[in-house]
Amino acid sequence: MQYHSLKWLLALSLISTAHAENVFVTLEKDNALAIVDPIEGKLLKTVLVGQRPRGIALSPDNKHLYIATSDDNTIKVFDANSFKELGKLPSGKDPETFALNPAGDKMYVSNEDDSLVTVIDIKNKKVLKQIKVGVEPEGITVSPDNQWLISVSETTNMVHWIDTKTNTIVANTLVDSRPRAASFTADSQQLWVTSEMAGTLLIIDSQSKQIIKTINFDVPGITNDKIQPVGVIIDKDRNKGYVALGPANRVAVINAKTYEVEKVLLVGQRVWNLAFSPDQKRLYTTNGTSNDISLIDLESQTVTKSVGVGNYPWGVVAKP
Amino acid sequence: MSLMHYWRAMWGIIGRELWRFITQRERFISALVRPLVWLFVFAAGFRAALGLAITPPYETYILYEVYITPGLIGMIQLFNGMQSSLSMVYDREMGSMRILMVCPLPRWFLLLSKLLAGTGVSILQVYVFLIIAWFYDIRAPLEGYALILPALVLSGLMLGALGLLLSTFIKQLENFAGVMNFVIFPLFFMSTALYPLWKMKESSVLLSKLAEYNPFSQAVEMIRFALYGQFDQHAFFYTLGAFILFMAAAILGYNPSKGMMVKKGGPN
Repeated sequence: MQYHSLKWLLALSLISTAHAENVFVTLEKDNALAIVDPIEGKLLKTVLVGQRPRGIALSPDNKHLYIATSDDNTIKVFDANSFKELGKLPSGKDPETFALNPAGDKMYVSNEDDSLVTVIDIKNKKVLKQIKVGVEPEGITVSPDNQWLISVSETTNMVHWIDTKTNTIVANTLVDSRPRAASFTADSQQLWVTSEMAGTLLIIDSQSKQIIKTINFDVPGITNDKIQPVGVIIDKDRNKGYVALGPANRVAVINAKTYEVEKVLLVGQRVWNLAFSPDQKRLYTTNGTSNDISLIDLESQTVTKSVGVGNYPWGVVAKP
Repeated sequence: MSLMHYWRAMWGIIGRELWRFITQRERFISALVRPLVWLFVFAAGFRAALGLAITPPYETYILYEVYITPGLIGMIQLFNGMQSSLSMVYDREMGSMRILMVCPLPRWFLLLSKLLAGTGVSILQVYVFLIIAWFYDIRAPLEGYALILPALVLSGLMLGALGLLLSTFIKQLENFAGVMNFVIFPLFFMSTALYPLWKMKESSVLLSKLAEYNPFSQAVEMIRFALYGQFDQHAFFYTLGAFILFMAAAILGYNPSKGMMVKKGGPN
């Protein structure tokens, strides 16, 4: 009997360690990756990854970690468990942001200086195509149904709709000034785009490619020029969307059905990028100038902790 | 004297204080309005002023309203302590103090009962304040609302004992304005109720030192930590020490043969 309970305990502890969630954060100024335990709210370790790491993503099977090391002009591939460097992808110059297709075999990189989007075959580490887009492409995303690749041009103020089959631009949507990030709803029906200078969030219908709603933000005690929306993310049931408001040091909670801003949550300084926990119960934010990440409990809609990670946290992703 | 006598006397005193408090609705409302004005008006203006560094017990960035809440709880108890000292002076003038003091129970016990009565009233006020703050989105972890109770008892006793001690110095009710200017304001403003120590240190090291040694600061810090489910040992012992000191001095002050009243020529 005792032996059995011991066995169960052992099995349970194995399961719990296997399921220990990790949050990976790129540190732009430390040239490193921070690994955080979000349950304990503790920085576990930092690993050197390359010059000026910014964009970060996990492969769909969670085995590989991709990090855009901008000043090395490459995207590095790491083992997501051992953090051993496995290889480099030909990203083109100064990669900052990139996106994977749902299958995880193609990568799309924004090359800001050259106004290009580079399409990479991950397996063969080969460039398939370079697509000419507007000036200073920044935000990039692929629709969950793999129909659209979206590239957002900061200076042209345009959202480019690129057909993933042909890798050509088929439509453009003019948006508010300095669009930064874009994110699809899980059903691919809507595209949410943030405009940094205008301080707005635009909801675009994927079918008509027209803006159906413009959302403004208002934070008590904060002047409008400080409200600079960047990172945007929507939950899988399309109940709530979250927008990082940059130097306003807040994350806005938006009702994805009524498009009302329900709440603004105080986080660290110059909050930029956001990531959900795999179960979407928590949200993680990178706070660039206060050198920490904030952990938000989504059920109670409260910021539970801010954890110091290192200099200039930029990108964030969570691994189950 | 049996324990029953003690019990009856204590409940007599506490009951009288609670009855007074309940019947004086204006007092209850004004006791609540004061911290609420600070919270809704004063703190609102300073919203963006704080939030640069995370200090324990907080684990993330907080709005000024959240920081100031334990300070305002302290304020409620501070004013309540002073109010009960005011009522002591009033009782003395009206003669009801004499009735209390001729009761055949030790003086320290009667004074302690009086103190407990005042503390009970202040705790009621604090919880009503916390409920209003909850709806203003200032929320602590649920267990904090229970853990704050012992902290409130000790800080209430300490501030009440201070009031009691002061009441031995005040001869007439009219002199109470002096207590406001020379005790309440310096205690409140030279404390961590409104600004954290590190913020004070930026402008004046002396001020931050004064605030650190201010027993009111320590009571506020004890409440602040308790509200977030943590125990601040230093603040606890400092507050406890201050309570023992003030209480001993007050008991001495109320001693008819040695106390302050003798030196001042007795009450009017």
